[in-house]
Amino acid sequence: MKSVGILGTGAYLPEKVVTNKDLEKLVDTNDEWIVTRTGIRERRVAAPDEATSDLAVKAAQRALEHAGISAEQIDLIIVATVTPDMFFPATACLVQDRLGASKAATFDLSAACTGFLYGVSTAAQFIATGVYKYALVIGVDCLSRILDWTDRSTCILFGDGAGAVVLGPVEEGYGFRSYELRGDGSGGDLLKVPAGGSRMPATEETVKQRLHSVVMEGREVFKFAVRVLSTATEEALKKAGLTKENIDFLIPHQANIRIIEAAVKRFGLDENKVIVNLDRYGNMSSASIPVALNEAVEQGRLKKGDTIVLCGFGAGLTWGATVLKWSLE
Amino acid sequence: MAENTFERVKKIIVEHLDVDPAEVTLEASVKDDLGADSLDVVDLIMQFEDEFGLEISDEEAEKISTVGDIVSYIEQKQQ
Repeated sequence: MKSVGILGTGAYLPEKVVTNKDLEKLVDTNDEWIVTRTGIRERRVAAPDEATSDLAVKAAQRALEHAGISAEQIDLIIVATVTPDMFFPATACLVQDRLGASKAATFDLSAACTGFLYGVSTAAQFIATGVYKYALVIGVDCLSRILDWTDRSTCILFGDGAGAVVLGPVEEGYGFRSYELRGDGSGGDLLKVPAGGSRMPATEETVKQRLHSVVMEGREVFKFAVRVLSTATEEALKKAGLTKENIDFLIPHQANIRIIEAAVKRFGLDENKVIVNLDRYGNMSSASIPVALNEAVEQGRLKKGDTIVLCGFGAGLTWGATVLKWSLE
Repeated sequence: MAENTFERVKKIIVEHLDVDPAEVTLEASVKDDLGADSLDVVDLIMQFEDEFGLEISDEEAEKISTVGDIVSYIEQKQQ
């Protein structure tokens, strides 16, 4: 098996900033309440003429540029999203066309907030086995499009964004060291968009009842997230033959600062090793981890040889973690 | 037994909410007197679940108001 790692990262955040103050005009809430309960201060919202593929293409172009790989060299494109441009064709196909990645295989992957982790884990297998050489994995969501903007318990939590990575062969011993991917469909009702699929197709009634937007059992999801954030990280470390003392950086899914704080406390990790960006972007679903990773790269925080854990959790329920030995200078 | 459960519950509350141990009485309201918000309560419930090896459903958690409620709930569950 070849060693597989990240050759480049990129991100794109829509220009429009929506602050907590702005939300006070839409729902009965306030800045202080949102900040203490979630840690979120503002989030980005895609422009009316911007769709998921538009965000994805911009993030992908930056990742390709950073990696020094051309679109024509890409063998596989995976777009992890729950807000595709449309049911079909896959958003990955739209992205392929815009990038000019003519030889790439293309598919979307649906694992909600864990989507980016599922995506990189899947793409890495093709490269490790030598089937493909370069893959582009994009975590992207426009959750603003599926929020109920009259529901103060959910609309304050999410934002739009895209993060991308180029995967390819790296020096022996570097790159991905372990994968831990999990699912538990018995928790499927805790976080979902009820209508619009084959179970409950769109009707006038489903629209009236606001069944096309995100509904969440906040407390149950909170408990689930705190527990799996630490167990998945532990499991991935164990598989890599490492312990928490080896972690240089933990990049968790950015759902809520209180989840991260509670999990880190349980796990017993120095909070300076935890990368957080949800104060500025909210929960961007599958985009949260790659956007945070890209920021850490841009800020020069990651050094070659650092041990990095990416850990995600979300609707499905799905969760997982992967351990990376950082391969870039 | 009663005191034992109370002491264990108290220790978790003091540690988590960073409150004066003297304030954590059986009559104290977790939210109103000890200043816990809704997420603190969820976090506390999880720690009680771990400490006492039991599961507290969302429905049951909603009925909990005072420290005494927590102690009697746990003791009842353990019988």
